[in-house]
Amino acid sequence: MGLELYLDLLSQPCRAVYIFAKKNNIPFTFKPVEVLKGEEGERFGKVNILRRVPALKDGAFTLAESMAILIYLSQKYKTPDHWYPSDIQRRARVDEYLSWQHVAIRANGVKLFWLKLAPEEKLQEAFEDLAVSLKQLEEKFLQDKPFIAGNRISLADLVAITELMQPVAIGYNIFENRPKLSEWRSRVEKFVGKELLQEARKVILSINDLSNMPLFKLFKTFGV
Amino acid sequence: MVVELYLDLLSQPCRAVYIFAKKNNIPFEFKDVVLFKGQHMSEEFGKVNPLRKVPALKDEAFTLAENTAILLYLSRKFNTPDHWYPSDGQKRAKVDEYLSWQHTAIRAQGSKVFLIKALVPLLMDKPFPPEKLEGAIEELNSTLKQFEEKFLQGKLFIVGNEISLADLVALVELMQPVGAGYDVFEGSPKLAEWRHRVEEAIGKELFQQAHEAILNVKDMAAAAAQLDPQLKEKLKQLLQKNLK
Repeated sequence: MGLELYLDLLSQPCRAVYIFAKKNNIPFTFKPVEVLKGEEGERFGKVNILRRVPALKDGAFTLAESMAILIYLSQKYKTPDHWYPSDIQRRARVDEYLSWQHVAIRANGVKLFWLKLAPEEKLQEAFEDLAVSLKQLEEKFLQDKPFIAGNRISLADLVAITELMQPVAIGYNIFENRPKLSEWRSRVEKFVGKELLQEARKVILSINDLSNMPLFKLFKTFGV
Repeated sequence: MVVELYLDLLSQPCRAVYIFAKKNNIPFEFKDVVLFKGQHMSEEFGKVNPLRKVPALKDEAFTLAENTAILLYLSRKFNTPDHWYPSDGQKRAKVDEYLSWQHTAIRAQGSKVFLIKALVPLLMDKPFPPEKLEGAIEELNSTLKQFEEKFLQGKLFIVGNEISLADLVALVELMQPVGAGYDVFEGSPKLAEWRHRVEEAIGKELFQQAHEAILNVKDMAAAAAQLDPQLKEKLKQLLQKNLK
């Protein structure tokens, strides 16, 4: 039966998993899940009791959480070392970013995305919080390096770029006036490849009108 | 030069790192960073962790933040027993899965209950409305249910038959609301049994030592009373913002 990846490309963690698998030619069956259409039904529920995407099924083995999935795939399919370096200090840098971003970039990016529908002050606050995270990304995680873990792209950069597309998708160009971040973005996108990126972002970039979507479902699903 | 660990045992992630290092006889220098005294804002600490959070690690010129990263780094550098972070890919993935999920689940909700129940009364001018605490407790209970159904699933530990980093991180987080007077283990025998097993695997003495500060609300109250007014103001703002 092979590897199955349950993904909704509207979700940032799903995009990271998708891009990683494709980029590394990992054979998998794409199991689309459209979370907003309430497909989190019985079938999917059995794979992922938390009912969140992404989810992986490898024979009898099931796994949730994009970080866990990315690392599992990198080890099982022996992807190039730079993705999750064997050098323990470089690896620690990747772990550090993947841990921090849960409640920083990911949380703030998501908030901004959904708050487009909310009152102005909330939006402003979310914007400010994201700005703080972006500053930390530049000053603590990137510093003067080309990528988060050093000279080569890793899972940390991939996860970061997919998260940052979320606010960009609704018109907040967070890269404007942030030259360091813009350069980093170009480097990451160059490595991943235009075609693969476009493929992964097709869904998110076509989200123009959020106001039609049932709000409750959105918030619940994406854990805002 | 030994590894330096910058810790305040009032913080859950710090307790995980402390217990892990002690249990595995990892030589380290304990660098006290008293949050209530604002020591995380010092220039010296800023050089170790510009994010100004604990725990933080310094290994010669190498500095590291985030307890997950620190725990994994220590396990690799000091070759700790396999069960902490199994080499088997699927077992390891299950530890990673828990460590990832818990950030916005057990950690988030456990902290919230602790902040509202223990810190707000010490720092704020007026108490929060009771619904705030009730709501936070409800969310925590819902998360605990997920924890039992998805992660424990009737097993002895989160990943199979032996304690791993997942259990350690989970338990120190759950002790936070306990420290505030909300016993998360009451009413769930399964959870209480798991706690007992984890404590035994760690060693009761070490576990108690690590939790002395958090289980001593009186000391916390005394520390809060001596807070520098500027720091107090900052903390109040943070509480207000994060507990909306």
